Amino acid sequence: MQTQFGSAVFPRLLRRSLSYIPSILYSLHSLLNLFHFFRFLSNSSPQSQKHKEMASPFLSNTIISFSSSLSSSSSLPRLAPSIPFSAIRSKSTPRRILTVRSKIREIFMPALSSTMTEGKIVSWVKSEGDVLSKGESVVVVESDKADMDVETFYDGILAAIVVGEGETAPVGAAIGILAETEDEIAEAKAKAASKSGASTPSAPPPAPTPAAASTPAPPKSTPAPAAPTVAEGPRKTVATPYAKKLAKQHKVDIESVVGTGPYGRITPEDIEAAAGLSPSKKNVGLAVVVETKPAAPAKAPAASAAPSSLPPPVPGSTVVPFTTMQSAVSKNMVESLSVPTFRVGYPVTTDALDALYEKVKPKGVTMTALLAKAAAMALAQHPVVNSSCKDGKSFTYNSNINIAVAVAINGGLITPVLQDADKLDLYLLSQKWKELVEKARAKQLQPQEYNSGTFTLSNLGMFGVDRFDAILPPGQGAIMAVGASKPTVVADADGFFSVKNKMLVNVTADHRIIYGADLAAFLQTFSKIVENAESLTL
Amino acid sequence: MHSTLSFSRATTVPTTNYAFHSQSPINLRFCGLRREAFGISILTRSSSGRVRLSTRGRSKRISASTGNNGTPPKSFDYDLIIIGAGVGGHGAALHAVEKGLKTAIIEGDVVGGTCVNRGCVPSKALLAVSGRMRELQSEHHMKALGLQVSAAGYDRQGVAGHANNLASKIRSNLTNSMKALGVDILTGFGTIVGPQKVKYGKVGFTDNIVTAKDIIIATGSVPFVPKGIEVDGKTVITSDHALKLEFVPDWIAIVGSGYIGLEFSDVYTALGSEVTFIEALDQLMPGFDPEISKLAQRVLINPRKIDYHTGVFATKITPARDGKPVIIELTDAKTKEHKDTLEVDAALIATGRAPFTNGLGLENINVVTQRGFVPVDERMRVIDANGNLVPHLYCIGDANGKMMLAHAASAQGISVVEQVTGRDHVLNHLSVPAACFTHPEISMVGLTEPQAREKAEKEGFEISVAKTSFKANTKAQAENEGEGLAKLIYRPDNGEILGVHIFGLHAADLIHEASNAIALGTRIQDIKFAVHAHPTLSEVLDELFKSAKVKAPASTSSPISEPVAA
Repeated sequence: MQTQFGSAVFPRLLRRSLSYIPSILYSLHSLLNLFHFFRFLSNSSPQSQKHKEMASPFLSNTIISFSSSLSSSSSLPRLAPSIPFSAIRSKSTPRRILTVRSKIREIFMPALSSTMTEGKIVSWVKSEGDVLSKGESVVVVESDKADMDVETFYDGILAAIVVGEGETAPVGAAIGILAETEDEIAEAKAKAASKSGASTPSAPPPAPTPAAASTPAPPKSTPAPAAPTVAEGPRKTVATPYAKKLAKQHKVDIESVVGTGPYGRITPEDIEAAAGLSPSKKNVGLAVVVETKPAAPAKAPAASAAPSSLPPPVPGSTVVPFTTMQSAVSKNMVESLSVPTFRVGYPVTTDALDALYEKVKPKGVTMTALLAKAAAMALAQHPVVNSSCKDGKSFTYNSNINIAVAVAINGGLITPVLQDADKLDLYLLSQKWKELVEKARAKQLQPQEYNSGTFTLSNLGMFGVDRFDAILPPGQGAIMAVGASKPTVVADADGFFSVKNKMLVNVTADHRIIYGADLAAFLQTFSKIVENAESLTL
Repeated sequence: MHSTLSFSRATTVPTTNYAFHSQSPINLRFCGLRREAFGISILTRSSSGRVRLSTRGRSKRISASTGNNGTPPKSFDYDLIIIGAGVGGHGAALHAVEKGLKTAIIEGDVVGGTCVNRGCVPSKALLAVSGRMRELQSEHHMKALGLQVSAAGYDRQGVAGHANNLASKIRSNLTNSMKALGVDILTGFGTIVGPQKVKYGKVGFTDNIVTAKDIIIATGSVPFVPKGIEVDGKTVITSDHALKLEFVPDWIAIVGSGYIGLEFSDVYTALGSEVTFIEALDQLMPGFDPEISKLAQRVLINPRKIDYHTGVFATKITPARDGKPVIIELTDAKTKEHKDTLEVDAALIATGRAPFTNGLGLENINVVTQRGFVPVDERMRVIDANGNLVPHLYCIGDANGKMMLAHAASAQGISVVEQVTGRDHVLNHLSVPAACFTHPEISMVGLTEPQAREKAEKEGFEISVAKTSFKANTKAQAENEGEGLAKLIYRPDNGEILGVHIFGLHAADLIHEASNAIALGTRIQDIKFAVHAHPTLSEVLDELFKSAKVKAPASTSSPISEPVAA
């Protein structure tokens, strides 16, 4: 009986207390908020002091209006003095007509609750350059209790954001600058810069010179002056919604980013790369390979990871940041370090291949197509070399043989993919290759045209390189590095000397799945196919 | 019934000053709600099999049957015939059987109509997936609950299969429920040939003529595609195609930010797409209460991979072909000047829905549609070209455009059955709730705040607004889903509820307490004494009613008093 009684009462009490706690808290807020809102600041000119009205806080977590004039040097008058003062000011309406020419106001971090000492900017509802009208919400602030919209009391232009999204600022600190007219934006920016110099080191402060007032418009803060001309060019920049958001967030000038997405559009990954961030998504799809000299690019990120070991820059050196594509290469190269690779080399006699090449060249067949076809045919017999290890636990056998071929394009490297290279005949393959290269130059490769490779081919033979070794791109099992074919004196089993064309191929493979014997057998098959080149035309 | 939906949402006009006779369908405001929908005079419709075929049939028919047209038959095959077996027709049929009417339903396509096959039902399946994906992907949210989940992924085929299975399951439920009750399902496209007389038949078969004492038109609607937009069903699609989820584009533009657009943005962003909204009006989500849409924008748009263009029309959309992406020409809504060109991977046209009433044979009974919609009075009785009521003919659901919601159609159908069985009944549309199944959900009933203020000013009464936050709700906090707001618009003098708007966890399920109160005329001073289990989300509404300040005292007798005027 007793227990029953007890259990009936307890939840009820609990419920009461629970459901009323929040409402008590909220009403407490609104009271305190009232006080905080009556804060105001003086403008540089005494006439411009205005009384700040406030929206009645219907519910404490609704909309809170806040904005005030720029402070001169006087300390911010807070709670106590503000209430009577503003009450007086509000009556002196005639004085308001005497507006001052320059109206630059700061938007402050409001005190949204009694216990709030600092607030985090959840998001800027408006962005720099947006025209604001009285009563519009400008920024969302997260207090220790809730997120609230902060409104402006003035019409104007949001000249500068001092505290960016995700950053925090103490109560009363300027988080943004409001200019009344466009002419004042420059001045406001200068002010913002001096502010941000103190609070956020991220924004580059253009020196606020005294001459700033007389010169029409100081250059826009961040980008190089070349940027606008890019925008006016014939090709317009296309960036995805998230890319735009990221660019804003990380203060990346979107016009300066080279898009690597479909149709050359700027993707979020491009922005992340430009901002020097590690991409949020793994394996974004850009499988890029670098040949022998990866030491230099690979060094950069490694160095940045351990700045202490970085040697001091040589005087007079220039620092050129990576383009998006170079960043992607760099990222992939570092990623490749996690794969245990080994290399196997093999000399291949190419007389038959060279003869065939001479024969089919007039028909538009390229050496790349011949080599890709030969590799694909060999892979068909050695599926393990065409497999990949995605998770460190299993083989992933690819159903298609897609040969990626590394191509240098100005300032970068891309690997267009010849899909189903074992199934297509030489002529189709050559035609396909021509298309891919054209597309790659025009930056119009579709993602599946550069990231679907299952095996990569890299050829430096045309430069006279006799041998080199390649880095295995993430997500593939093996890569073949092809050197130049050179006349070589060979002795046969009977001791007869002859001169044959030989080229050295060197395959780098993931030893988790492909072992030495696998690779050796594959290379032997490859060599046989090349030595009996006629089979390539079948 | 599974009639919660959002897909049969209205095609409505942009603003009140919109010219009634405008020639340009581009001017239409899409995805509005709660206002009477105006039709579209120029329809570019592809799926008009019924229209064409029945037109052919009809001309034949007319010559053959002019003799007895105009004279209603003496005895009838059925008491009630319903043309269209969507949710509206189904609701009417079930109620008619309950009332003892001999009922037949004519369906030319599949039972279930838009809602079940191409609307609310499959979209809920996709949204169920997107909700879970969103949750699993939210590392922050999971961590706060102490959960650890390794990378969440999805199989597109599996997701599409789930939506398809759900639709067929609901469809067979619907069919079986009607068969079990003895409703005759007549297959073919129905055409009215004269008073109380309907012809139906399949293509290539002879037509059958049936007579009925009363006829209900419930033919529904199809997606509306504005002029200049080329739908190829692959890269430029409507909700019909999108629900099949044949591919998930990297970047999709959604034209129209009403219910349909908003729900699909939820689905696509959860599955990894980026979304660009194109909205003709100056703000997103134009049909919602402004405060709710503002909050919704903060939660559903700003933090997601979504951007938007407002105040623009998509005047030309070309599907992806010849190695080019989908190209969208944007025109400024006011200046009519070219504004921008977008290149995206896909475009979803979610600009509302157009009535599907062509070929119904309405001219045989002298009824002229208004931009496709069948004109009706408040009792769903069809009005002819001379402004007279057509006896024994009713039109419900999207086809009349009063309120383009599946459950509204069903309610209208029930109302009609009540009338033909001798009880006068007028449906109060202000008591019909609506919901948008984003994460979190949005729901509403009655008037928005601006509408209520306008009405208050006109009729000279005062209104007040009360609000509660989900942050103060224990259950919402336990779920770690405190984002949300409930808003009540009411009359402080007599406690009448004018509108309730909810944005938050399970808002769609929470709205019914308010819609029932409006339907039954319950006043705030009475409902605030109703008890809610603790801790539940329903306490959000409990708090809301309790925070209202009503001058009138609670009624002494039953809380259910006279109904609220519509």
